[in-house]
Amino acid sequence: MKLIKFLFAGILFGIVMTKSEAVSWFRIQEMFRFESFHMYGIIGTAVILGAILFAIIKKVKGKNINGDQIPFNDKNMSIPRYLFGGTIFGLGWAMTGACPGPMFTLLGHGTWTILLVIISAVAGTYLYGAFRSKLPH
Amino acid sequence: MYSIVEFISQPWHWSISGAIIVFVMFLLLWFGGEFGVSSNLRTFCAIGGAGNKHDFFKIDWRKQIWNLVFIGGAIIGGFIATTWFANPEPVQISAETQSYLSSVGIETPQTIEEGTGYVPTEIFAPENALSAVNLLIMILGGLLIGFGARWAGGCTSGHAISGLSNLQLPSLIAVIGFFIGGLLMTWVILPQILALN
Repeated sequence: MKLIKFLFAGILFGIVMTKSEAVSWFRIQEMFRFESFHMYGIIGTAVILGAILFAIIKKVKGKNINGDQIPFNDKNMSIPRYLFGGTIFGLGWAMTGACPGPMFTLLGHGTWTILLVIISAVAGTYLYGAFRSKLPH
Repeated sequence: MYSIVEFISQPWHWSISGAIIVFVMFLLLWFGGEFGVSSNLRTFCAIGGAGNKHDFFKIDWRKQIWNLVFIGGAIIGGFIATTWFANPEPVQISAETQSYLSSVGIETPQTIEEGTGYVPTEIFAPENALSAVNLLIMILGGLLIGFGARWAGGCTSGHAISGLSNLQLPSLIAVIGFFIGGLLMTWVILPQILALN
């Protein structure tokens, strides 16, 4: 059962998304209105600890469970791709109060109507694939 | 007596939450994956046969099954956290945000009987979700998330957390974009849309 470990990681992710309240539509409004430190604290802690973790893994040339070196690929530099794509994503994030991780977690809360957001997000991904060649990257 | 279940059931401090997210990211790397949730949306398209029409979806989705299992776990985690470790109080939102939301017709739950404070019933409750305005919020919002995440090559997990942790300038640009869009929606567009409800 090679996949069961990913299920375990996902369960922990769904629990922390819920208990951290990062799944809360209200928390996302509060974040974008700069009326609470909560979400900035979560993301800031994750980035600082994540940067330390990545630096250590690079230093010790850490390997994954399959014995392969953990890869850290540099992303290709572009401004329009990240700025325009990011802005469109941000519009949707603030509109629905959910980014992709929380969307799936909310489904587990029994918030069935979030399925509409998930299906639309799949459709949005499809539209990107269809119009990709016409967009600046 | 203060039980372990009660201990876990309280809302988690942001520092604990951030640390556990990094632990999840570590597990994914250690298991041979990576931390990026929105890639799954592309995988769904590929499974549905979108590769026959657009090259972007010509991927071997079988290699992405681990990530689908991961989000399947996230659904189960959401269930576990709200079933066995449910917070006895609704999410505590700042008074300023509550008063603003009230002015645009969204009430923040004050007691657990009124709601958990994860999503507003005015938008997401099944009896309200089918209004034209709420459908617009959910469908247009979802389209923007899917389109934008793929154009930018990642979402909050891939750019804001993995990418910034890897000191990637492109991820910083993407996160700046997330905030340009998020601020525009929160301060300018969403209040207009909610006023229609």
